[in-house]
Amino acid sequence: MQVALFVPCFIDAYYPEVAVATLELLERLGCTVVYPENQTCCGQPLGNSGCEDDARACETLFVNNFADFDYVVSPSGSCVHHVRDHLTAVPQDARTQKVRSNTYELVEFLYDVLKVREFPWAEFPHKVGLHNSCGTLRRLGHAQPSELNLPFFSKPLELLQGVRGISFATPARPDECCGFGGTFSVGEEPVSARMGQDKVRDHCNAGAEYIVSADMSCLMHQKGCSDRLGLPLKFLHIAQVLNGVKE
Amino acid sequence: MSKPVDHVNIARKFIADEDHIQFHDKRLWSMRELRDKQAHGIPEWEDLRALASQIKEHTLSNLAGYLEEFERKAKANGVIVHWAADAAEHNRIVHEILSSRGVDLLVKSKSMLTEECDMRPYLEERGIEVVETDLGERIQQFDNEPPSHIVVPPIHKLARDVAEVFADHIGTDRNNADPHYLAESMRQATRPKFIRAGAGMTGCNFAVAETGTVTVCTNEGNCDLSANVPPLHIASIGIEKLIPRMSDLGVFIRLLSRSALGSPITQYTSHFSRPREGSELHYILVDNGRSKRLAMEDFWYSLKCIRCGACMNTCPVYRRSGGLSYGGVYAGPIGAIINPTFDLKKYSALPFASTLNGSCSNVCPVKINIHEQIYKWRQIVAEAGYLSFSKKMSMRFAGKLLGDPKRYRKWMGGAPQLLAKLPRAFLYNPMNAWGKQREMPEAPKQSFHEWYAENRKKENK
Repeated sequence: MQVALFVPCFIDAYYPEVAVATLELLERLGCTVVYPENQTCCGQPLGNSGCEDDARACETLFVNNFADFDYVVSPSGSCVHHVRDHLTAVPQDARTQKVRSNTYELVEFLYDVLKVREFPWAEFPHKVGLHNSCGTLRRLGHAQPSELNLPFFSKPLELLQGVRGISFATPARPDECCGFGGTFSVGEEPVSARMGQDKVRDHCNAGAEYIVSADMSCLMHQKGCSDRLGLPLKFLHIAQVLNGVKE
Repeated sequence: MSKPVDHVNIARKFIADEDHIQFHDKRLWSMRELRDKQAHGIPEWEDLRALASQIKEHTLSNLAGYLEEFERKAKANGVIVHWAADAAEHNRIVHEILSSRGVDLLVKSKSMLTEECDMRPYLEERGIEVVETDLGERIQQFDNEPPSHIVVPPIHKLARDVAEVFADHIGTDRNNADPHYLAESMRQATRPKFIRAGAGMTGCNFAVAETGTVTVCTNEGNCDLSANVPPLHIASIGIEKLIPRMSDLGVFIRLLSRSALGSPITQYTSHFSRPREGSELHYILVDNGRSKRLAMEDFWYSLKCIRCGACMNTCPVYRRSGGLSYGGVYAGPIGAIINPTFDLKKYSALPFASTLNGSCSNVCPVKINIHEQIYKWRQIVAEAGYLSFSKKMSMRFAGKLLGDPKRYRKWMGGAPQLLAKLPRAFLYNPMNAWGKQREMPEAPKQSFHEWYAENRKKENK
């Protein structure tokens, strides 16, 4: 199966190891991974700021980079949410429609398309606090949000349970937003930071050693808060754990 | 048009007070937890929400007909019905009714609509004393603050703050913050007002077209005293409050208090259909921007709101910034999508006071797509030119950069690496909002793009 890899801008710049883990994991699972080199960003920071006009060039580029693939996979829930639900600065022609419906976040691609459940090469004997980002939880449907009276399920949890030795610590407010919110993190700095501090303290109190998430941007924010507070938490993208990172 | 609300800085001050923010966040979160318990205890909860949403959408899509039916039934029941196009007309009508009957004291139960109309100062300037009889609303009235929450108006106050306010206004012991003492003192101070008042006023939770009935849901009994003790009862009704039939009411009653406070039902569910013998009952049907909102393709769904406050209780931003930081009658997520319809410039910051996490939409008992509307309001705020100059410029720069891979790679080759080399004092300065309370991510040796070129391109060739 041929898969195009979309590496969000901040992962490219700050967390290359997450993109490498994603690439290796997909290859382990038998995918042929193509990395279109002209990629930059999905346009989310612009659209979320209300600046769809400024997002047009970026979104056009995204469509041009990925329109020829049946599967586009990205290790970032919020970016995939943008592509799927908000890629509206460009004309909604067949190519755009195709890109929007063929772009998958890594966890859902593993769970729903490849239908993989076991990761025999991976062992992670640590206590993990799973962070379901709001984008993956409430827009992409990774898991059942706590607000709804519907049966429980969690795709990332089920995948992580396929890793040897892993155990979990559940915070008191399991799906409370961590306060990253893209440009919100700087535009609304006082509230954003406070939310982040509350979040990492909640994880810490639950006894987590590692916070694992399908959204690196939330982790960037949480790590920033945790390190400043001097908490002992460590942070990993779910791709790294599933790919068998050794810690 | 007034000055834009500075949500960020009001929130900053709110957060700086550790006692208050901790109490506020925990109190509201416990309401969310109680709500979850109730919602999860009803197997058909999600069906109820869907049904409530459909009833509201149907009613709003046929609003003119239902309003006329409601007026017809109310008149046949002996109610005097008034129509107010806006807040000014509403206030004028209320004043006219009161002054023509020589009323100088009005007792009222809580109504977001009268807040919206800014009615209290209007009447007070004209010599009519207005007494809020809802405990929370009375606290806010004394303290000269708007309600900071739809259901719990003084939620941002600690008991000791209330003790201060009551000491100043009804002479209680400043050092006694026992809630029972404070509530009982207020009860004693308010009772004589009910007896003396020439008129009582209530809001309206649901207006039933089929019967001309106004239903009010409260917890303190003050609504019934306001409506039933004085010889004149005025109910102010937003035109979006209509529901078609009495049989629809149960759907909403089951949802309202469970969503709001996590209790199965309010202590009182009062139905008013006709004047008591020897008294008058007036309905004022108020538009005040609602028709205009109904015509907005992306935003008319906000008219489904039944004012339960569940979106506020669950909102992680609201819990940490306080209702007053929204600077308008409606706070929290619902405020972020309603207030801009009144004054886009003034409330232009509100759609950005959100992480778009979507929890509000999930708890909303009438399934308003609140976070999607917040996203759309951002586009409208930007289009109207109300973003700050620096934000506008940085977005324009980012847009150009991200749309041009060559330029982007050139910039990428320098900027992140430069960041890594900068001394700490240069990075963590007041200009860097990220760095005030957070560490920056460490810049790696190379980007993924560079890693790929080095490790994979050669293999592929």
